[in-house]
Amino acid sequence: MTKNIPENDFEIRSLDTSCLNESELVHPYWYNLKYLITGILFGIVFVKAEIISWFRIQEMFRLQSFHMYGVIGSAVVVGMLSVFLIKKFKIKTIYGEDIHFEKKEFNKGQIIGGLIFGFGWAITGACPGPLFAQIGTGVTVTIVTLLSAIAGTWTYGLVRNKIPH
Amino acid sequence: MQLIEWIKQPWPWWVAGPLIGLTVPALMLMGNKRFGISSSLRHICAACFPSNISYFKYNWKKEIWNLFFVAGIVLGGLIAAQFLNNHQPIQVSPALAAELRGYGITNYSELIPIDVFNWANLLHPQGLLLMVFGGFLVGFGTRYAGGCTSGHAITGLSNLQWPSLVATISFMVGGFIMANLILPLILK
Repeated sequence: MTKNIPENDFEIRSLDTSCLNESELVHPYWYNLKYLITGILFGIVFVKAEIISWFRIQEMFRLQSFHMYGVIGSAVVVGMLSVFLIKKFKIKTIYGEDIHFEKKEFNKGQIIGGLIFGFGWAITGACPGPLFAQIGTGVTVTIVTLLSAIAGTWTYGLVRNKIPH
Repeated sequence: MQLIEWIKQPWPWWVAGPLIGLTVPALMLMGNKRFGISSSLRHICAACFPSNISYFKYNWKKEIWNLFFVAGIVLGGLIAAQFLNNHQPIQVSPALAAELRGYGITNYSELIPIDVFNWANLLHPQGLLLMVFGGFLVGFGTRYAGGCTSGHAITGLSNLQWPSLVATISFMVGGFIMANLILPLILK
């Protein structure tokens, strides 16, 4: 099935989590350091709770441990509660901007791409975040896995208009 | 220092999960950012190899916060491994350990099994499948699905988006099939 997707198609762009509802404010680059610090804290949690562990992912997919279900489940509960409170009290960003929420549109990619990612997740024992953290812990060969993931993303960009969505 | 000793142990899920969940509102409050990590791979393509592909022709510099965030994850991994490590072998379920022993995986010193994930094994079909092919599936699948565990399973579900539930279920189905039916053949 060949479907030509216009570049500015909202449905497709909304999949990409970029170019949407971004902050209107222009800041100097060092404002980004707060995301670096958030990333550092996040990376520490990833390692210390063994979320980046290939072994933990295997246990999850073999139903041999509750650990990963507990992590993801409690993260979703806290995330839901936070989003609910932000919406209910119309909380603004630290720069006083409104926080907006976008709907995700359904398309077949969420099933086909989801299965493909699931295969890769079980093989490498890592989703994209843990790949970065594994490199940090000193397992340098994960650089190859990360480069392959970048190649996979690039290939998706190349064939995107030729695969079903 | 008991606190330091406690921090050096592996953390339980009920500490880690809520901290990860808090990343969602933290990024929103800091500047309307959506927690999602796999997008960083797209931004890297857009920055380094756009190759005239329309999917990579956008102003990636506007999304540079995401690259700062993943750079932080690398640094966080480094800090945790260097300074918050109790140097104990990874504990895994006895059933998994028994299965892995059958594949010759007995080294639990790192968070991934370096018996099979190592530079020397890259030149073998098994290593190519595990690292190169596996990584490719992660990059291709996450972009095709429009997000990974962070963008769909955590951010999407937090905002009650049913397409994210579909994606999350698909991730899990794919993982169950691979881990139980196909991966054992690769590791043999």
